Amino acid sequence: MGMPVAHATASGMCGMRAAGDLVARMQITRGMRIREAKAYVAERLGVSPFDLSDPLAMEDVRRDHHLGRVTTFEMSYPSESSAMESKFRIADLLDLPINCVERFARHAGVARAATAADLRG
Amino acid sequence: MENSYPTRDGDGSLVRMTRSQLRSELEDGTQAAAARAKVPPLTTDELDHLLDIWASPARFSSVDIGDEVVLTYDGSGSKTVGTRTQDLLIYEQMMGADSVELANVDYSFKAVKTILPHEAQNMKDAQLVLTAPVMYGAMPNLGLYSQPDGPVPNWSELLPLTKIDEARAAQEEAIEHAVKDMVAVADAMWEAGADGIDFDTAGAAGDGDFLATLQAVEKIRAAHPDMGIEVGMAGEFVLGVHAQLEYDGVRLAGLWPREQMELVRRAGATIFGPAVNVNTRKSGAWNIARALTLVKPCMHVAEIPVHMNVGMGVGGVPMSSHLPLDAVSRASRACVDILRLDGL
Repeated sequence: MGMPVAHATASGMCGMRAAGDLVARMQITRGMRIREAKAYVAERLGVSPFDLSDPLAMEDVRRDHHLGRVTTFEMSYPSESSAMESKFRIADLLDLPINCVERFARHAGVARAATAADLRG
Repeated sequence: MENSYPTRDGDGSLVRMTRSQLRSELEDGTQAAAARAKVPPLTTDELDHLLDIWASPARFSSVDIGDEVVLTYDGSGSKTVGTRTQDLLIYEQMMGADSVELANVDYSFKAVKTILPHEAQNMKDAQLVLTAPVMYGAMPNLGLYSQPDGPVPNWSELLPLTKIDEARAAQEEAIEHAVKDMVAVADAMWEAGADGIDFDTAGAAGDGDFLATLQAVEKIRAAHPDMGIEVGMAGEFVLGVHAQLEYDGVRLAGLWPREQMELVRRAGATIFGPAVNVNTRKSGAWNIARALTLVKPCMHVAEIPVHMNVGMGVGGVPMSSHLPLDAVSRASRACVDILRLDGL
């Protein structure tokens, strides 16, 4: 635990507490360097790159965009998006194909384009 | 009398050094790397900043607000509290992980191939409950393909007998087996919904190990254009165990991080992870200066994210299984501050 906790606290983007998972997706899937990836995600979210590591700022953004939030205490936000549902939103918001989302939609018999449009509505 | 500060040796031992001693260690470390790899040493300003980080009694050190970077992992949990999926959730929900990595405790592609349906099912199940990107990781581990563990003659036994041609032929055959296994695992993980695959400790068995990884990456990229591919290295220098292997016209033996990165990019990876091993007989300050000096040339020319390996025994972090926060946080901050890395 000493290593992952130390890194996350010393230099990490805080993952889902902020927008670290979103920036990570642009690096993993698109090979974007950090400055480019942060700028891309920030533009898509309508915030500044500086905000992306701020848990308070991103809490509201994630809630408003249905991007999934870390659970607090025993509350799991039962009326909000589940992990997979959040990833549909993330794919749509970032204009990024997410493998498991594409497969989930295919297996469920839901056309991906229609799914994205429905979510926006 | 000059004040001394608590600091770590390369094996994690807590020792005390004065500011002058730390400065000397940093300078020796960067000069050692510069001389060995024929790269520029760290600048005076960079050494000054490192000294400020190290000559401090603070228990913890961190980057400035706004300078945070993305974290990827070589495994994130191994049934620590229950199932591996529960471990991944803990990393995501409680430890601020930007991504997570599903992995088998054996952590070798050859071993994973034998239980691939189980691993793929675990990936599919994990994707249903995790929001952060989920990678699958393992090591190329070319040595497992040699006898008695694998099918080909053992080159480590042939080389001392000066059976050079036979040793090379054995490695070339092992490469073919390894590439097939790595591609098979990647295909299955992609079918199960993985966001990407991580080749960890590439080059651990030398140039053949690295070539197998590059060939696998090339095939995976051709088959899955949107799959994330991370290649993390085993060390700072590719050992020439075969010594004649090339990828894309470049001889692999003797490559340092910058040249490793270029080939990893050409093969089709989206993230490169340089690794610099720790000398446990030297101080932490010496090791971080050496590590940063060896990786710095990557940063000027990188076209893909660079996630330096900064863990047990690499990247200036002491070689210990129970790592102290002071040592890890200093190395973490130093790598980001000095190198402007894309991640760790």
